[in-house]
Amino acid sequence: MAQTRRTYLVDPLVDNNPITLQVLGICSALAVTSSLQVSFVMALAVTFVTAFASMFISMLRNHIPGSIRIIVQMVIIASLVILVDQVLKAYLYDISKTLSVFVGLIITNCIVMGRAEAFAMKNPPLDSFVDGIGNGLGYGLILMLVGFVRELFGAGTLFGITVLPTVNNGGWYVPNGMLLLPPSAFFIIGLIIWAFRSWKPEQVEDREFQIQHIEEAH
Amino acid sequence: MPENDANNEGLLARWKALPVDSVPKTVFVATALCLFCSMVVSAAAVSLRPIQEVNKLKDKQMNILQVAGLYEDGVNVREAFSAFEPRVVDLTTGTFTDQFDAASFDDRAAVSDPELSRALTEDPAGLGRQSNYSVVYLLNDAAGELDKVILPISGYGLWSTLYGFIALEEDGNSIFGLQFYDHAETPGLGAEVDNPRWKAMWPGKALRDESGELKITVAKGVPSPVMENHHIDALAGATLTSVGVDNLVRFWMGEEGFAPFLENLKAGGL
Repeated sequence: MAQTRRTYLVDPLVDNNPITLQVLGICSALAVTSSLQVSFVMALAVTFVTAFASMFISMLRNHIPGSIRIIVQMVIIASLVILVDQVLKAYLYDISKTLSVFVGLIITNCIVMGRAEAFAMKNPPLDSFVDGIGNGLGYGLILMLVGFVRELFGAGTLFGITVLPTVNNGGWYVPNGMLLLPPSAFFIIGLIIWAFRSWKPEQVEDREFQIQHIEEAH
Repeated sequence: MPENDANNEGLLARWKALPVDSVPKTVFVATALCLFCSMVVSAAAVSLRPIQEVNKLKDKQMNILQVAGLYEDGVNVREAFSAFEPRVVDLTTGTFTDQFDAASFDDRAAVSDPELSRALTEDPAGLGRQSNYSVVYLLNDAAGELDKVILPISGYGLWSTLYGFIALEEDGNSIFGLQFYDHAETPGLGAEVDNPRWKAMWPGKALRDESGELKITVAKGVPSPVMENHHIDALAGATLTSVGVDNLVRFWMGEEGFAPFLENLKAGGL
């Protein structure tokens, strides 16, 4: 049992990462990764919501009628997200202003719903909780990787501390402004997926279509 | 008696025997869950509100410091803010009033109080109602002379009401800065009102020309030489937010807004 729980936790980090393998939760990964601090808080928030939503849904799984299954999951997820939003507004006001709508949009993050529907509805609470933590951390890991690249090369800082002094502040580094814009996250996530799949070729999906070779007529 | 017991047990047993997907159980689960979740959410909202209010106040003070150019990283907001003298202005007469405590007067709440506000007939800023009183912040220089005056402004953009401050020099005409602290415009487009590069276009511009006519405009294109000192370039891709900012600045600097007060300020009659 301990073995399986461990895999629930470790698997989503690389082998079954929600972003790079399942390609879920991309929208928020694009939006919030321009600085590490914000990525970190977002990763914590998503981990918290996924873990507890999975746990509560799993506790209720035998009493949730199939006809209103999705709505019940949404109510639980939404309540947790509002809770996170209120706590952030109270204790991390500046970050909650930067995150603004994206905290609310955790409700629609495919990872949370995906784990609830695919795992928590069929597994006991503790396993679901661990699975939620694992998937939240898998999401967070990619967020931090993307945030690291974007903040370091886009603004010359890490967690707000200057690493590469920029020209604007009298240093030598000319920051790459594109990295602060959302499209850059697409490129970085694409590169990470490439790297992961080169390292673990079993993650490469089978081709849906094979290009057919036609013999030249003689 | 035994019959009654059996009846009771029968009810419970029948309830338990109902399949999860039956209508009564579905309604029960939905109601119970919604009740429970709404209690959790409202408990959190109510218990955390005081802390959130403190944050909002601090954020407002920080924005006043920023618009006045006094904010630096790590500055003690409360201490730095004590340099400002908040005063309540009666907008109709343009004079100070001591009817209210300036430190605690909430102009955003006053808008919904019929005693303190009025419905607007001409309403370019999309406010609906306007408070008759407003808190302004005066900043004196070392010699005790008036250096800057910070005025609250608000108005409708594309999605939301924008709330902000405009800082004017002691002549009540030259702009020192403009900043919004609360809005919900589209990130990347309308929300570029927060972009330092756009905000940097405001300082040095004049509200009125020599004849006293209100000239300040947010518009697209290259201004005519006459307008150069009153023209702020509109935000690219955010036409409606730019129009909103134009309307709200002109409204608050006009006769319905702070114009009487600014005239008094210039005449030194306060």
